[in-house]
Amino acid sequence: MTVSSVRLTARGICHGFHTLSVLEGVDLDAAPGEVTVLVGPSGCGKSTLLGILGGLLKPDAGEVRMDGSLSPDCLNPITYIFQDASLLPWRSVAGNVSLALEDSRLPRAERAGRIAEVLAQTGLSDFARAWPRQLSGGMRQRVGIARALAVHPGVLLMDEPLSALDAQSRALLLDDFAALIARAGVTCVYVTHNLAEAVLLGHKIVVLSRRPGRVQATLALRRPLVGRHIEDPDLVALQHQLWDLIRDDAARAEREIADAAD
Amino acid sequence: MPPTEGGRLDGPRLDGPVPFRARGFAPRDLPVAGAVTLVGLLVLWQLGAWSGVISTSFISDPVAIGQAIWTLARSGELWANLGASLQRLAIGWVVGTLTGLVFGLAVGLFTLARSPGMAVVAALFPIPKIALVPLFIIWFGIGEGSKVITLATGVFFPMVISTVAGIDAVPRTLIRMGQAFNMPWHAIVRKIILPGALPSILSGFRITTSTAIVLLVAAEMVGAEKGIGAFVLAAGNLYDIDNLLAGIVLLSLIGLAISWVLDRLERVLLAWR
Ligand SMILES: Nc1ncnc2c1ncn2[C@@H]1O[C@H](COP(=O)(O)OP(=O)(O)OP(=O)(O)O)[C@@H](O)[C@H]1O
Ligand SMILES: [Mg+2]
Repeated sequence: MTVSSVRLTARGICHGFHTLSVLEGVDLDAAPGEVTVLVGPSGCGKSTLLGILGGLLKPDAGEVRMDGSLSPDCLNPITYIFQDASLLPWRSVAGNVSLALEDSRLPRAERAGRIAEVLAQTGLSDFARAWPRQLSGGMRQRVGIARALAVHPGVLLMDEPLSALDAQSRALLLDDFAALIARAGVTCVYVTHNLAEAVLLGHKIVVLSRRPGRVQATLALRRPLVGRHIEDPDLVALQHQLWDLIRDDAARAEREIADAAD
Repeated sequence: MPPTEGGRLDGPRLDGPVPFRARGFAPRDLPVAGAVTLVGLLVLWQLGAWSGVISTSFISDPVAIGQAIWTLARSGELWANLGASLQRLAIGWVVGTLTGLVFGLAVGLFTLARSPGMAVVAALFPIPKIALVPLFIIWFGIGEGSKVITLATGVFFPMVISTVAGIDAVPRTLIRMGQAFNMPWHAIVRKIILPGALPSILSGFRITTSTAIVLLVAAEMVGAEKGIGAFVLAAGNLYDIDNLLAGIVLLSLIGLAISWVLDRLERVLLAWR
């Protein structure tokens, strides 16, 4: 299998909603085959930035480019994994994965093969015919992952894919994520609030400031994903370092949200 | 701090098991009880008529109505009237539903159609469609045309409204998901928007079928040779209460049959819920 090698670069991204300025001059460089993690306080514009990176939102200013080569069997260069999985409730698990493949020229047999393959990778083979409502949150998110992997993406954009899950499902899925990402070798941008996720999955961690979001710091972590453990001293130190960067802004963002609610 | 320390215990004492308090508020379906109630009412009605408590010169009894239906069935009159009514109902409902669906889709999907379309619907929907029957007779003649158009008009507006409501209720996140997977526009409509709007469209069917029966009878009473509405009107003019009520029972049966079909349809099409 030839893998994709795509670099995603954002330059000078500015965006606002009405009078609210959300992103101010954000630069981002997601290197081929690496996981770039975006962290930052609530409401700083992480989801907005991810929408812009994937072409679901038009930025007020700035440009996003992709450069590199796609594997020939890639069906959707930039693919999302959504926070709530976004499954169609009227399609079975296999049907939801199939959705991403049906409008391509993929021959029927190959489509069935890919569905079986990704369901096996995500441990869903026995649930191919289940309805989404019959699955737990963790299982639904696996379907979302399977659907994204099925198109053999060049870039994978993930917006807090584990945040809706309970701690146990999250821990299990996090391990799977690391393995799947390492194997697929795709370029990833991963948004999270969770610093443990950040240090376990990131090759590079970009810290955004509170709104209006700017890049506050970029930390690199040159170590393969496989073999990382949350109690490793370097990862613990990195988590502390991240928390020091975020703490004040996070507290201030909290208060802003509380003020807005009053 | 233990409760005995520094103070008397003179509040109410708690001894014994925790009482169960979550009783009630969970009505269940008992289909048998429904059937028994209907049969019981019929029996009471019949007994009342036989004993003279209910005057049969104002309302007949179930046996007499049954006999009237039987006679009508044997003479073939029943099938002629029923056939004429069902045909009008089917054509009028299908025409109204299809046009309503198409119009509703346009309003639900296109900015250009939305406000103009909804303005027209808001202005015309409240008009009781029965009031349009004379107008439609002038336009389309006393024959089938005016009747079918009356039904179709009555079905059209609620259909538009439930289609638009259904489309608006499709979660935007699912549409974004389709776009994020580069699904073409028509595929998003066919695979995401239409199935998402289906529950609302199907509940629209319940409203439009009952509207259609009301308008069917009204249109047939204004001028039709055959049809249950015409039959009921003629029986009334002759003070033939047995046949009049036979016609009304048939209308109730049509309604029941349609609702049964819709139940099946929902069970098959919305099995995912
Ligand atoms: N469609 C919108 N219209 C108006 N304001 C919006 C819209 N989307 C987001 N915002 C605002 O923009 C800001 C950034 O939102 P965004 O969802 O990008 O933040 P986030 O960093 O993802 O937050 P969280 O960590 O809570 O997910 C927030 O204050 C939010 O209220
Ligand atoms: Mg967000």
